[in-house]
Amino acid sequence: MTSPGDSGMRETWPLWEVFVRASRGLSHVHAGSLHAPDEIMAVRNARDLYTRRAEGVSVWVVRAAAITASDPDAKDSFFESPQGKEYRHATYYTESDAVPHL
Amino acid sequence: MNTTTDVTTDARADARAAQIADEAGERRFNELLASESRVEPSDWMPEGYRKTLIRQISQHGHSEIIGMQPESNWIARAPSLKRKAILMAKVQDEAGHGLYLYSAAQTLGVDRETMFDQLITGKAKYSSIFNYTTPTWADMGSIGWLVDGAAICNQVPLCRVSYGPYGRAMVRICKEESFHQRQGFEILLELMRGTDAQKEMAQESVNRWYAPALMMFGPPDEDSPNSKQSMAWNIKRFSNDDLRQRFVDMLVPQAEILGVTLPDAALRWNEERGHYDFGDLDWSEFHEVLAGRGPANTIRVSRRREAHENGAWVREAARAYADAQAESRRGLVA
Repeated sequence: MTSPGDSGMRETWPLWEVFVRASRGLSHVHAGSLHAPDEIMAVRNARDLYTRRAEGVSVWVVRAAAITASDPDAKDSFFESPQGKEYRHATYYTESDAVPHL
Repeated sequence: MNTTTDVTTDARADARAAQIADEAGERRFNELLASESRVEPSDWMPEGYRKTLIRQISQHGHSEIIGMQPESNWIARAPSLKRKAILMAKVQDEAGHGLYLYSAAQTLGVDRETMFDQLITGKAKYSSIFNYTTPTWADMGSIGWLVDGAAICNQVPLCRVSYGPYGRAMVRICKEESFHQRQGFEILLELMRGTDAQKEMAQESVNRWYAPALMMFGPPDEDSPNSKQSMAWNIKRFSNDDLRQRFVDMLVPQAEILGVTLPDAALRWNEERGHYDFGDLDWSEFHEVLAGRGPANTIRVSRRREAHENGAWVREAARAYADAQAESRRGLVA
Protein backbone atom coordinates (compact mmCIF):
# COMPACT_ATOMS: atom_id res chain seq x y z
CA MET A 1 0.00 0.00 0.00
CA THR A 2 1.28 3.46 -0.87
CA SER A 3 0.22 7.09 -0.55
CA PRO A 4 0.21 9.00 -3.84
CA GLY A 5 2.38 12.09 -3.95
CA ASP A 6 4.11 11.56 -0.60
CA SER A 7 7.66 12.57 -1.41
CA GLY A 8 9.48 12.11 1.89
CA MET A 9 10.52 14.20 4.85
CA ARG A 10 12.42 17.18 3.42
CA GLU A 11 9.37 19.44 3.11
CA THR A 12 8.81 22.18 5.67
CA TRP A 13 5.05 21.72 5.26
CA PRO A 14 3.15 18.51 4.57
CA LEU A 15 1.48 17.78 1.24
CA TRP A 16 -2.33 17.92 0.92
CA GLU A 17 -4.60 16.64 -1.82
CA VAL A 18 -7.38 19.03 -2.85
CA PHE A 19 -10.92 18.12 -3.94
CA VAL A 20 -13.24 20.76 -5.38
CA ARG A 21 -17.03 20.68 -5.83
CA ALA A 22 -17.84 22.72 -8.93
CA SER A 23 -21.46 23.36 -7.95
CA ARG A 24 -24.14 22.02 -5.67
CA GLY A 25 -25.29 18.56 -6.68
CA LEU A 26 -21.90 17.47 -8.03
CA SER A 27 -19.23 15.37 -6.35
CA HIS A 28 -15.98 16.79 -5.06
CA VAL A 29 -13.37 16.01 -7.70
CA HIS A 30 -9.61 15.83 -7.23
CA ALA A 31 -8.08 19.12 -8.44
CA GLY A 32 -4.44 18.79 -7.42
CA SER A 33 -2.20 19.12 -4.42
CA LEU A 34 -0.45 21.78 -2.36
CA HIS A 35 1.71 22.29 0.72
CA ALA A 36 0.35 23.86 3.90
CA PRO A 37 1.26 23.77 7.59
CA ASP A 38 -2.21 22.74 8.79
CA GLU A 39 -5.75 22.02 7.58
CA ILE A 40 -6.94 25.61 8.00
CA MET A 41 -4.15 27.01 5.82
CA ALA A 42 -4.58 24.12 3.42
CA VAL A 43 -8.22 25.06 2.82
CA ARG A 44 -7.27 28.73 2.32
CA ASN A 45 -4.41 27.90 -0.01
CA ALA A 46 -6.69 25.53 -1.92
CA ARG A 47 -9.19 28.35 -2.42
CA ASP A 48 -6.44 30.66 -3.72
CA LEU A 49 -4.82 28.05 -5.92
CA TYR A 50 -7.76 26.09 -7.34
CA THR A 51 -10.78 28.42 -7.32
CA ARG A 52 -9.48 31.73 -8.70
CA ARG A 53 -12.13 31.65 -11.42
CA ALA A 54 -15.13 30.48 -9.45
CA GLU A 55 -14.35 26.81 -10.14
CA GLY A 56 -15.85 25.69 -6.86
CA VAL A 57 -18.40 26.14 -4.09
CA SER A 58 -16.72 23.76 -1.65
CA VAL A 59 -13.22 22.44 -1.04
CA TRP A 60 -11.95 19.33 0.74
CA VAL A 61 -8.34 18.84 1.74
CA VAL A 62 -6.76 15.66 3.02
CA ARG A 63 -3.18 14.95 3.93
CA ALA A 64 -1.57 13.05 1.06
CA ALA A 65 0.03 10.73 3.62
CA ALA A 66 -3.45 9.74 4.88
CA ILE A 67 -4.52 8.34 1.50
CA THR A 68 -4.24 4.63 0.97
CA ALA A 69 -3.98 3.51 -2.64
CA SER A 70 -4.26 0.09 -4.23
CA ASP A 71 -0.93 -1.60 -4.87
CA PRO A 72 0.31 -0.31 -8.24
CA ASP A 73 2.18 -3.54 -8.95
CA ALA A 74 -0.93 -5.69 -8.51
CA LYS A 75 -3.20 -3.68 -10.78
CA ASP A 76 -3.87 -6.48 -13.26
CA SER A 77 -5.06 -9.09 -10.76
CA PHE A 78 -6.68 -6.56 -8.46
CA PHE A 79 -8.96 -5.23 -11.19
CA GLU A 80 -9.48 -8.56 -12.89
CA SER A 81 -12.95 -9.33 -11.58
CA PRO A 82 -15.01 -7.28 -14.10
CA GLN A 83 -13.04 -8.69 -17.08
CA GLY A 84 -15.26 -10.84 -19.27
CA LYS A 85 -18.40 -9.73 -17.46
CA GLU A 86 -19.83 -7.57 -20.20
CA TYR A 87 -23.30 -8.69 -19.07
CA ARG A 88 -22.98 -6.05 -16.36
CA HIS A 89 -23.47 -3.38 -19.06
CA ALA A 90 -26.75 -2.54 -20.74
CA THR A 91 -25.00 -2.65 -24.14
CA TYR A 92 -24.55 -6.43 -23.74
CA TYR A 93 -28.30 -6.96 -24.36
CA THR A 94 -28.74 -6.37 -28.09
CA GLU A 95 -31.95 -8.31 -28.77
CA SER A 96 -33.88 -5.41 -27.27
CA ASP A 97 -32.15 -2.74 -29.38
CA ALA A 98 -35.23 -2.01 -31.46
CA VAL A 99 -37.67 -2.04 -28.55
CA PRO A 100 -38.75 1.47 -27.53
CA HIS A 101 -38.12 2.80 -24.03
CA LEU A 102 -35.76 -0.04 -23.05
CA MET B 1 31.19 -22.60 5.05
CA ASN B 2 28.97 -21.76 2.20
CA THR B 3 27.12 -18.82 3.81
CA THR B 4 28.86 -16.46 1.42
CA THR B 5 27.76 -18.59 -1.50
CA ASP B 6 24.17 -18.52 -0.24
CA VAL B 7 24.21 -14.77 0.08
CA THR B 8 25.63 -14.49 -3.41
CA THR B 9 22.99 -16.86 -4.75
CA ASP B 10 20.25 -14.85 -3.01
CA ALA B 11 21.63 -11.61 -4.38
CA ARG B 12 21.70 -13.16 -7.84
CA ALA B 13 18.11 -14.35 -7.49
CA ASP B 14 17.06 -10.88 -6.34
CA ALA B 15 18.88 -9.26 -9.23
CA ARG B 16 17.22 -11.69 -11.63
CA ALA B 17 13.77 -10.99 -10.15
CA ALA B 18 14.39 -7.24 -10.44
CA GLN B 19 15.46 -7.69 -14.03
CA ILE B 20 12.30 -9.64 -14.87
CA ALA B 21 10.16 -6.95 -13.19
CA ASP B 22 12.02 -4.26 -15.19
CA GLU B 23 11.47 -6.12 -18.43
CA ALA B 24 7.74 -6.44 -17.72
CA GLY B 25 7.64 -2.78 -16.69
CA GLU B 26 9.41 -1.70 -19.85
CA ARG B 27 7.02 -3.70 -22.03
CA ARG B 28 4.06 -2.07 -20.30
CA PHE B 29 5.67 1.39 -20.62
CA ASN B 30 6.21 0.90 -24.35
CA GLU B 31 2.63 -0.31 -24.78
CA LEU B 32 1.35 2.80 -23.00
CA LEU B 33 3.38 5.07 -25.30
CA ALA B 34 2.36 3.16 -28.43
CA SER B 35 -1.32 3.48 -27.58
CA GLU B 36 -0.99 7.22 -26.78
CA SER B 37 -2.01 6.40 -23.23
CA ARG B 38 -0.66 8.03 -20.07
CA VAL B 39 2.11 7.03 -17.71
CA GLU B 40 1.24 7.58 -14.04
CA PRO B 41 3.64 8.12 -11.10
CA SER B 42 3.50 4.55 -9.78
CA ASP B 43 4.23 2.98 -13.21
CA TRP B 44 7.62 1.65 -14.20
CA MET B 45 9.51 4.18 -16.36
CA PRO B 46 13.04 4.36 -17.76
CA GLU B 47 15.48 6.41 -15.67
CA GLY B 48 16.14 8.71 -18.62
CA TYR B 49 12.42 9.42 -18.99
CA ARG B 50 12.14 10.26 -15.29
CA LYS B 51 15.25 12.48 -15.31
CA THR B 52 14.28 14.31 -18.48
CA LEU B 53 10.79 14.95 -17.16
CA ILE B 54 12.05 16.19 -13.79
CA ARG B 55 14.32 18.62 -15.64
CA GLN B 56 11.65 19.71 -18.11
CA ILE B 57 8.81 20.14 -15.58
CA SER B 58 10.94 21.84 -12.92
CA GLN B 59 12.43 24.23 -15.50
CA HIS B 60 8.92 24.99 -16.63
CA GLY B 61 7.88 25.60 -13.00
CA HIS B 62 10.90 27.84 -12.42
CA SER B 63 9.97 29.85 -15.54
CA GLU B 64 6.53 30.55 -14.11
CA ILE B 65 7.97 31.61 -10.76
CA ILE B 66 10.70 33.82 -12.27
CA GLY B 67 8.17 35.04 -14.84
CA MET B 68 6.33 36.88 -12.09
CA GLN B 69 9.17 39.37 -11.76
CA PRO B 70 9.19 41.28 -15.07
CA GLU B 71 5.46 41.96 -14.64
CA SER B 72 5.28 42.60 -10.91
CA ASN B 73 7.72 45.38 -11.77
CA TRP B 74 4.75 47.21 -13.32
CA ILE B 75 1.91 46.52 -10.88
CA ALA B 76 2.43 49.72 -8.91
CA ARG B 77 2.94 51.80 -12.07
CA ALA B 78 0.18 50.38 -14.27
CA PRO B 79 -1.85 53.26 -15.77
CA SER B 80 -5.21 52.52 -14.14
CA LEU B 81 -6.77 50.60 -11.28
CA LYS B 82 -8.23 48.14 -13.79
CA ARG B 83 -4.80 47.49 -15.31
CA LYS B 84 -3.29 47.02 -11.84
CA ALA B 85 -5.98 44.49 -10.90
CA ILE B 86 -5.51 42.59 -14.18
CA LEU B 87 -1.75 42.51 -13.75
CA MET B 88 -2.07 41.24 -10.19
CA ALA B 89 -4.43 38.49 -11.34
CA LYS B 90 -1.94 37.52 -14.02
CA VAL B 91 1.03 37.42 -11.66
CA GLN B 92 -1.06 35.38 -9.22
CA ASP B 93 -1.80 32.95 -12.06
CA GLU B 94 1.93 32.56 -12.74
CA ALA B 95 2.48 31.68 -9.08
CA GLY B 96 -0.30 29.10 -9.33
CA HIS B 97 1.18 27.64 -12.53
CA GLY B 98 4.54 27.31 -10.81
CA LEU B 99 2.88 25.40 -7.99
CA TYR B 100 0.96 23.04 -10.31
CA LEU B 101 4.21 22.24 -12.10
CA TYR B 102 6.26 21.75 -8.94
CA SER B 103 3.57 19.34 -7.72
CA ALA B 104 3.77 17.43 -10.99
CA ALA B 105 7.58 17.24 -10.75
CA GLN B 106 7.33 15.98 -7.18
CA THR B 107 5.36 12.93 -8.30
CA LEU B 108 8.60 11.84 -10.02
CA GLY B 109 10.48 11.73 -6.71
CA VAL B 110 12.21 15.12 -6.53
CA ASP B 111 11.28 17.21 -3.50
CA ARG B 112 10.38 20.85 -3.58
CA GLU B 113 13.24 22.03 -1.39
CA THR B 114 15.67 20.52 -3.90
CA MET B 115 14.00 22.37 -6.77
CA PHE B 116 14.03 25.64 -4.82
CA ASP B 117 17.71 25.15 -4.00
CA GLN B 118 18.52 24.54 -7.65
CA LEU B 119 16.70 27.72 -8.67
CA ILE B 120 18.15 30.07 -6.06
CA THR B 121 21.70 28.79 -6.42
CA GLY B 122 21.52 29.32 -10.18
CA LYS B 123 21.92 25.61 -10.99
CA ALA B 124 18.50 25.28 -12.60
CA LYS B 125 17.58 26.77 -15.95
CA TYR B 126 14.36 28.62 -16.71
CA SER B 127 13.06 30.22 -19.87
CA SER B 128 15.62 32.78 -21.07
CA ILE B 129 12.90 35.20 -22.03
CA PHE B 130 12.52 36.29 -18.41
CA ASN B 131 16.08 37.56 -18.37
CA TYR B 132 15.02 40.50 -20.52
CA THR B 133 13.96 43.73 -18.82
CA THR B 134 10.63 45.57 -18.97
CA PRO B 135 11.46 49.30 -19.17
CA THR B 136 8.12 50.48 -20.63
CA TRP B 137 4.40 49.88 -20.01
CA ALA B 138 4.11 48.57 -23.58
CA ASP B 139 6.32 45.67 -22.47
CA MET B 140 3.33 44.37 -20.47
CA GLY B 141 1.51 44.23 -23.80
CA SER B 142 4.39 42.54 -25.60
CA ILE B 143 4.85 39.96 -22.85
CA GLY B 144 1.18 39.03 -22.99
CA TRP B 145 0.89 38.99 -26.77
CA LEU B 146 4.29 37.61 -27.80
CA VAL B 147 5.74 35.81 -24.77
CA ASP B 148 2.51 34.27 -23.49
CA GLY B 149 1.49 33.67 -27.09
CA ALA B 150 4.65 31.66 -27.74
CA ALA B 151 4.20 29.86 -24.43
CA ILE B 152 0.64 28.85 -25.33
CA CYS B 153 1.82 27.61 -28.73
CA ASN B 154 4.35 25.45 -26.90
CA GLN B 155 2.02 24.34 -24.14
CA VAL B 156 -1.20 23.39 -25.91
CA PRO B 157 0.39 20.25 -27.43
CA LEU B 158 1.81 19.41 -23.98
CA CYS B 159 -1.73 18.84 -22.70
CA ARG B 160 -1.40 15.48 -24.49
CA VAL B 161 2.03 14.67 -23.07
CA SER B 162 2.56 11.04 -22.01
CA TYR B 163 3.12 11.76 -18.32
CA GLY B 164 -0.29 12.10 -16.63
CA PRO B 165 0.41 14.65 -13.87
CA TYR B 166 2.27 16.94 -16.33
CA GLY B 167 -0.55 16.78 -18.88
CA ARG B 168 -3.16 17.56 -16.23
CA ALA B 169 -1.15 20.56 -15.01
CA MET B 170 -0.85 21.78 -18.60
CA VAL B 171 -4.61 21.56 -19.21
CA ARG B 172 -5.23 23.83 -16.24
CA ILE B 173 -2.43 26.21 -17.24
CA CYS B 174 -3.56 26.53 -20.86
CA LYS B 175 -7.10 27.40 -19.78
CA GLU B 176 -5.75 30.24 -17.68
CA GLU B 177 -3.09 31.47 -20.12
CA SER B 178 -5.54 32.44 -22.84
CA PHE B 179 -6.60 35.51 -20.85
CA HIS B 180 -2.94 36.49 -20.51
CA GLN B 181 -2.41 36.67 -24.24
CA ARG B 182 -5.62 38.58 -24.92
CA GLN B 183 -4.95 41.15 -22.21
CA GLY B 184 -1.47 41.75 -23.68
CA PHE B 185 -2.90 42.17 -27.15
CA GLU B 186 -5.41 44.69 -25.83
CA ILE B 187 -2.73 46.73 -24.07
CA LEU B 188 -0.90 47.07 -27.40
CA LEU B 189 -4.14 47.73 -29.29
CA GLU B 190 -5.01 50.55 -26.93
CA LEU B 191 -1.56 52.10 -27.34
CA MET B 192 -1.80 51.76 -31.13
CA ARG B 193 -5.09 53.69 -31.03
CA GLY B 194 -3.47 56.44 -28.97
CA THR B 195 -1.06 59.32 -29.57
CA ASP B 196 2.03 59.10 -31.77
CA ALA B 197 4.17 58.72 -28.67
CA GLN B 198 2.01 55.77 -27.51
CA LYS B 199 2.19 54.12 -30.93
CA GLU B 200 5.91 54.55 -30.92
CA MET B 201 6.14 53.01 -27.47
CA ALA B 202 4.18 49.94 -28.63
CA GLN B 203 6.28 49.53 -31.78
CA GLU B 204 9.56 49.95 -29.90
CA SER B 205 8.51 47.28 -27.42
CA VAL B 206 7.47 44.82 -30.16
CA ASN B 207 10.83 45.47 -31.82
CA ARG B 208 12.61 44.30 -28.68
CA TRP B 209 10.43 41.26 -27.89
CA TYR B 210 9.80 39.75 -31.32
CA ALA B 211 13.07 37.86 -31.81
CA PRO B 212 13.46 36.70 -28.18
CA ALA B 213 9.86 35.39 -28.30
CA LEU B 214 10.68 33.38 -31.44
CA MET B 215 13.72 31.96 -29.69
CA MET B 216 11.52 30.65 -26.86
CA PHE B 217 10.88 27.54 -28.94
CA GLY B 218 14.53 26.59 -28.56
CA PRO B 219 17.37 26.14 -31.05
CA PRO B 220 16.79 25.00 -34.65
CA ASP B 221 15.96 21.29 -34.95
CA GLU B 222 19.43 20.36 -36.22
CA ASP B 223 20.96 21.85 -33.04
CA SER B 224 18.48 20.24 -30.66
CA PRO B 225 19.95 16.79 -30.09
CA ASN B 226 17.57 15.66 -27.34
CA SER B 227 14.39 16.51 -29.21
CA LYS B 228 14.19 13.17 -31.00
CA GLN B 229 14.19 11.11 -27.81
CA SER B 230 11.70 13.48 -26.17
CA MET B 231 9.37 13.13 -29.15
CA ALA B 232 9.65 9.34 -29.00
CA TRP B 233 8.63 9.53 -25.35
CA ASN B 234 5.70 11.82 -26.18
CA ILE B 235 6.96 14.49 -23.80
CA LYS B 236 7.52 16.81 -26.74
CA ARG B 237 4.89 16.66 -29.46
CA PHE B 238 6.23 18.96 -32.20
CA SER B 239 9.73 20.06 -33.16
CA ASN B 240 11.10 23.50 -32.21
CA ASP B 241 11.04 24.71 -35.82
CA ASP B 242 7.51 23.45 -36.45
CA LEU B 243 6.20 25.29 -33.41
CA ARG B 244 8.11 28.44 -34.34
CA GLN B 245 6.60 28.36 -37.84
CA ARG B 246 3.12 27.86 -36.42
CA PHE B 247 3.66 30.85 -34.13
CA VAL B 248 4.90 33.16 -36.91
CA ASP B 249 1.94 32.17 -39.08
CA MET B 250 -0.45 33.19 -36.30
CA LEU B 251 1.46 36.35 -35.50
CA VAL B 252 1.46 38.07 -38.89
CA PRO B 253 -2.32 38.62 -39.20
CA GLN B 254 -2.48 39.68 -35.55
CA ALA B 255 0.26 42.26 -36.13
CA GLU B 256 -1.76 43.62 -39.07
CA ILE B 257 -4.79 44.10 -36.83
CA LEU B 258 -2.61 45.87 -34.28
CA GLY B 259 -0.94 47.99 -36.93
CA VAL B 260 2.55 47.17 -35.68
CA THR B 261 5.42 46.13 -37.94
CA LEU B 262 7.22 42.92 -37.04
CA PRO B 263 10.95 43.71 -37.10
CA ASP B 264 11.93 41.11 -39.68
CA ALA B 265 12.86 42.19 -43.21
CA ALA B 266 12.70 38.61 -44.48
CA LEU B 267 9.11 38.08 -43.35
CA ARG B 268 6.90 37.27 -46.33
CA TRP B 269 4.18 34.84 -47.40
CA ASN B 270 5.49 31.80 -49.23
CA GLU B 271 2.72 30.59 -51.51
CA GLU B 272 4.49 27.33 -52.26
CA ARG B 273 4.99 26.32 -48.64
CA GLY B 274 1.73 27.81 -47.43
CA HIS B 275 3.65 29.48 -44.61
CA TYR B 276 5.39 32.74 -43.85
CA ASP B 277 9.15 32.78 -44.43
CA PHE B 278 11.09 34.59 -41.76
CA GLY B 279 14.67 35.68 -41.14
CA ASP B 280 17.43 33.91 -39.25
CA LEU B 281 17.59 34.52 -35.54
CA ASP B 282 20.69 35.57 -33.63
CA TRP B 283 21.39 32.33 -31.76
CA SER B 284 24.59 33.70 -30.25
CA GLU B 285 22.37 36.05 -28.22
CA PHE B 286 20.23 33.09 -27.14
CA HIS B 287 23.28 31.17 -25.94
CA GLU B 288 24.67 34.22 -24.16
CA VAL B 289 21.45 34.74 -22.20
CA LEU B 290 21.21 31.01 -21.50
CA ALA B 291 24.75 31.07 -20.16
CA GLY B 292 23.73 33.71 -17.63
CA ARG B 293 24.85 36.83 -19.47
CA GLY B 294 21.45 38.26 -20.33
CA PRO B 295 20.27 41.72 -19.25
CA ALA B 296 18.65 40.54 -15.99
CA ASN B 297 19.84 37.00 -15.11
CA THR B 298 21.58 38.05 -11.90
CA ILE B 299 18.80 40.22 -10.58
CA ARG B 300 16.09 37.61 -11.30
CA VAL B 301 17.83 34.87 -9.36
CA SER B 302 18.96 37.10 -6.51
CA ARG B 303 15.41 38.49 -6.08
CA ARG B 304 14.09 34.97 -5.93
CA ARG B 305 16.73 33.96 -3.40
CA GLU B 306 15.96 36.98 -1.20
CA ALA B 307 12.24 36.26 -1.28
CA HIS B 308 12.83 32.62 -0.42
CA GLU B 309 15.24 33.37 2.41
CA ASN B 310 13.19 36.26 3.81
CA GLY B 311 10.13 34.02 3.86
CA ALA B 312 11.84 31.21 5.76
CA TRP B 313 10.74 32.43 9.19
CA VAL B 314 7.11 32.60 8.01
CA ARG B 315 7.19 28.99 6.81
CA GLU B 316 8.83 27.83 10.01
CA ALA B 317 6.51 29.86 12.27
CA ALA B 318 3.42 28.49 10.50
CA ARG B 319 4.76 24.98 10.92
CA ALA B 320 5.53 25.56 14.62
CA TYR B 321 2.04 26.99 15.16
CA ALA B 322 0.42 24.01 13.44
CA ASP B 323 2.49 21.60 15.55
CA ALA B 324 1.56 23.44 18.76
CA GLN B 325 -2.14 23.40 17.83
CA ALA B 326 -1.99 19.68 17.11
CA GLU B 327 -0.18 19.12 20.41
CA SER B 328 -2.78 21.02 22.45
CA ARG B 329 -5.62 19.10 20.73
CA ARG B 330 -3.93 15.85 21.75
CA GLY B 331 -3.67 17.24 25.33
CA LEU B 332 -7.40 17.99 25.40
CA VAL B 333 -8.28 14.49 24.21
CA ALA B 334 -6.02 12.88 26.83
